[in-house]
Amino acid sequence: LSPASGVEDLLRELAPQVLGALVRRYRDFDRGEDAVQEALLAAAVQWPAEGVPRNPRGWLIAVASRRLTELWRNESARRRREETAAALEPPDPEPVPDVDDTLTLLLLCCHPSLTPVSQVALTLRAVGGLNTAEIARALLLPEATLAQRISRAKQRIKASGAEFEMPGEGERSERIAAVLRVLYLIFNEGYTASSGSALHRVELTAEAIRLTRQLRDRLPEDGEVAGLLALMLLTDARRPARTRPDGALVPLAEQDRGKWDARAIAEGVDLITRTLASAPVGPCQLQAAIAAVHDEAPSFEDTDWPQILALYEHLYALAPGPMVTLNRIVAVAMVHGPEAGLRELDEADGDPALEGNHRIDSVRAHLLEMAGDREAARAHYRLAARRTLSLPEQRYLEARAAELAETAQR
Amino acid sequence: VKYVILIYSNPTSRELWEKFSAEERGRGLSAYAALTEDLAASGELIVTEALADPSLTKRVSVDEAQTMTSDGPFAEAKELLAGFFLIDCETGERAVEIAARVPEAALGLVELRPAMDLSGFEI
Repeated sequence: LSPASGVEDLLRELAPQVLGALVRRYRDFDRGEDAVQEALLAAAVQWPAEGVPRNPRGWLIAVASRRLTELWRNESARRRREETAAALEPPDPEPVPDVDDTLTLLLLCCHPSLTPVSQVALTLRAVGGLNTAEIARALLLPEATLAQRISRAKQRIKASGAEFEMPGEGERSERIAAVLRVLYLIFNEGYTASSGSALHRVELTAEAIRLTRQLRDRLPEDGEVAGLLALMLLTDARRPARTRPDGALVPLAEQDRGKWDARAIAEGVDLITRTLASAPVGPCQLQAAIAAVHDEAPSFEDTDWPQILALYEHLYALAPGPMVTLNRIVAVAMVHGPEAGLRELDEADGDPALEGNHRIDSVRAHLLEMAGDREAARAHYRLAARRTLSLPEQRYLEARAAELAETAQR
Repeated sequence: VKYVILIYSNPTSRELWEKFSAEERGRGLSAYAALTEDLAASGELIVTEALADPSLTKRVSVDEAQTMTSDGPFAEAKELLAGFFLIDCETGERAVEIAARVPEAALGLVELRPAMDLSGFEI
């Protein structure tokens, strides 16, 4: 580990704690967040050269506090904050109370007044300690667009009157569910083909896993937090087998399972097994359990499909959605044969939630191929390829259609 | 999802614009300015450009490593791309709402197309 990357990890870990301390003391999340970003930048320049201070957290809090006072002073010409800013004591040299505000901060960044994309951006900056340029690169957006999203998100939080405090018992579980959705979005955003322009993306899956681990440290009893962490570990474990050298995606059925990350699988399986035994079941846990069954199977055909189907039935009852519907149908086909799957697919076709979803066509194509109707399968692969917005998926579907055309000619 | 909003001009729209009074033109331009400002403020705007006059278009072709240009399409004849927005917004409905604010939408000259991305998929 180079000293710079060691410093970077430390800074990212401390970022939410420093911001928490600052907001707790000065009650200004908007400016405080800017001040912490500047303190992190100063540390990233100074520490690798001059060494890490004895109390890094205290150092960052002191520098960020000073910067916050300056930010207020600069504004005071225009605003009536003048007296407040002038009256401010210089930063307290004494250690701040040792409270960990990471969870409170996560909840604030995923506040219901924000849109999901803003929640993602703000969480990555305020809790993840990434800077605007890094986040913009990761999300494939221009820096100006992203900076505007973050500043607007902070204004919205202010306007909504949200306080920097733990929500009451009544709202807490709903608010934590929102955090889980955001962490999942971050993970998903990063779970893409590592090719072309994506090569330069900050590792968002690793960041999502790191943040979810942090959350789990704070909420060790929460089954869904543990379930989400297990789901991420079990999904990310397949990444080495998920892309070909040319960047094309390899579907689960064709992946070289020898390339899967055995350590991540072991951790994920252990976590989800313990959680299912002790916590009330939830959608994240069920998805993790499904991922675990896949990860433990020696091959796609030798997967415990009856168990996968049972888990999807459970998930379908608990948290229905278009992807659950379609994945359940794939499991039906694997257990009861492609004709049974196709019958269920015909029924699902009328579901308004699935309307216009190209995945109906890609699932239908797979099932038709399984049933031996290559001509119809090819037509549906083509249809799905035309309608997807994912380039890697389009490539895969087109290749599949082309293969069927070739074998038909032979 | 990223969307591109394509704004076309055709002989009718060009003639209409030429006949506009200064005040009418000002109204059109401020509608554009307001739309751009709103999108920048909401964090949905990636980029927007108005394209130069069609007479400045060049068609570029390469033949045996030889680059050639020819002066391109005649303004009078065709429906031509006049400008575009690249936006990133939450839903398709929102994208339609934005596209509907482009003044040319009143003439049926606005097209909305989603961009492809690198997102993965699971089977």
